[in-house]
Amino acid sequence: MQSETLELQSLHYALEHLGAAGLKDSLRRMMLIRRFEEQVDQLFLMGRTRGTLHLSIGQEATNVGALKALRQGDRFFSHHRGHGHALAWTDDPARVLADILGKANGFCGGFGGTMHMADPRSGFLGGNGIVAGGLPLSVGVGLAIQLRGEDAVCLVFFGDGAVNEGAFHEALNMASIWRLPLVFVCENNRYAMSTPVAAAINVEAISTRAVAYGIPGQGVDGNDFCEVYSAVHTAVERARAGAGPTLIEALTYRIKGHSRSDRQAYRSREEVRRWQQPDHDPLSRFAATLVDAGFITEEGLTSLQDETAVRVEAAVAAAEAGAEPDPARLLDHVYA
Amino acid sequence: MRELSYREALNEALAQAMEADPDVILIGEDIGVYGGAFGVTAGLLERFGDKRVIDTPVSEAGITGACVGAAISGLRPVGDMQFSDFMTLGMEQLVLQAARMRSMFAGQVCVPLVMRLPGGAGTGAAAQHSGSYENWFVHVPGLKVVMPSCARDAKGLLLAAIDDDNPVVFCEHKLLYNTRGPVPEASFREPLGVSSVLREGRDLTLVATSMMVRLALEAADILAGEGIEVEVIDPRTLRPLDDGPIVDSVIKTGRLLVVHEAVKTGGFGGEVVARVVASDAFDYLDAPPRRLGGRDVPMPQSQVLEAAAIPDTGDIVREARNLALLRE
Repeated sequence: MQSETLELQSLHYALEHLGAAGLKDSLRRMMLIRRFEEQVDQLFLMGRTRGTLHLSIGQEATNVGALKALRQGDRFFSHHRGHGHALAWTDDPARVLADILGKANGFCGGFGGTMHMADPRSGFLGGNGIVAGGLPLSVGVGLAIQLRGEDAVCLVFFGDGAVNEGAFHEALNMASIWRLPLVFVCENNRYAMSTPVAAAINVEAISTRAVAYGIPGQGVDGNDFCEVYSAVHTAVERARAGAGPTLIEALTYRIKGHSRSDRQAYRSREEVRRWQQPDHDPLSRFAATLVDAGFITEEGLTSLQDETAVRVEAAVAAAEAGAEPDPARLLDHVYA
Repeated sequence: MRELSYREALNEALAQAMEADPDVILIGEDIGVYGGAFGVTAGLLERFGDKRVIDTPVSEAGITGACVGAAISGLRPVGDMQFSDFMTLGMEQLVLQAARMRSMFAGQVCVPLVMRLPGGAGTGAAAQHSGSYENWFVHVPGLKVVMPSCARDAKGLLLAAIDDDNPVVFCEHKLLYNTRGPVPEASFREPLGVSSVLREGRDLTLVATSMMVRLALEAADILAGEGIEVEVIDPRTLRPLDDGPIVDSVIKTGRLLVVHEAVKTGGFGGEVVARVVASDAFDYLDAPPRRLGGRDVPMPQSQVLEAAAIPDTGDIVREARNLALLRE
């Protein structure tokens, strides 16, 4: 089957660039996102979080696969559903959770919260509460990289909803005419809040919109870690070589509701359950791939899961023990 | 001192900033070969090249976002909105990204950019090319708002705005571009957040911005002939507002008139009046503070209608005279 060939090809590609250790590390990060988000969901239900949440469950392969394609010095923008990106990049669940809880020991010290985490020194240029808000920003980062002749790339994540914003059009067009070192990663999780993609877009695939900008567009199985990694890494290297931007559409699925107030009247339980099956679920699929390839044993998987659970538990304790921000510092960061 | 036009002063400021710092870049529509819609960037493409004078497609959100992204990457972009009105198309990137980013990320980034907004009426450009939006931005924590009224300030304030580590909205007036005045040749800074007392007087405090400063000074001349001495103050920076000199002046004069071209309702005059009324000057007021501003109407095209929509020198003279002569 062609898809099996593709799976094998991308596994080889990922293995070649990440090594077996890199693949295992990727699985570990995907597990971390899953376990972390399940825990955050519980904290919400117990009333221990404030405000809304957008969970990354189901999108772990895209989160980790895309970010593994970057290297030190590269940068990226996240969006409103950014816990997975923050964890994949920083591997620091305690700080990510502290941000979600609005504690002083988060990246943004109680000012940002779930949608506005950022660790700019490491290249994580921030989440965004505005759909498509990060796309024009990436144009400026690309310009700066190009002007200074840096050997860096900027990746920007956005959802399927963002492609219907004017900012998407302006950013892709500018990136294309100036051949900016950018990679546009659309996480198509099938719904913009309650609106299915088919009701919002009258083309077969979002990736085909790349034609309008004269740049490559590629659709990938966003629940296949290796496929996401291969496509994004190829686009990153292309951008790094000065050949300009790429639009990648990673087809994935949001398992939880849009936010914590979502009753999900727009989709059936059967549909969600189907995406949770081992042949759809990105975490199960990648684990099976690594077991089949002999990079990890079933026992190894179990101990990785146990370690992850312990880490998340420790993160909850550390985050909840964090100090509240100091109201005396309310205005500290408004102006430089 | 040699004289320059307001346009030439801005051009010189940009050139000197770019000369001194390779991180200063210009981004906007038709700023290259065309030299900008009002000629402010003339000659800069030839001098600094297309990597630093970046002509863009018609994409105001993209331009603004490009400025923000470049700013957080260490550059000092100056964006050109062509017409102040077009800033509305980049509002999300300016207000929700540029202005919010530093606080939202707890001080981990700074956003040193300038957005140049050529605004104001008087050219018959009608409802979508004549706006004065400064107070929209005054309402946004994280932004600074600068509004020079003469060539000297245009240069000194623009250089200071480019130096500033925050997003600065720089409001220019189209009718001021051809006005001339003495401008130092050196690359000098006029600090942001410092009001300027342009004329001293004991009878009335007249606070004016941008084009209205010129009319206020004309009005003050006329009123001086009638024996009414008007103190004219130009805040120059609207956010942060240096209200000290205004309060001190009202303590001296007991009377306050604020004039701006922007629509009076919800305008900057309300902020000035509120600050004065809430200050030590309250006990010294001999008359209710007054405001003169644009009428509540989208700017019409006809010269007659346009003139009726914004204050002119005669309006300022009448309002100031009435206020100065009003008995307690």
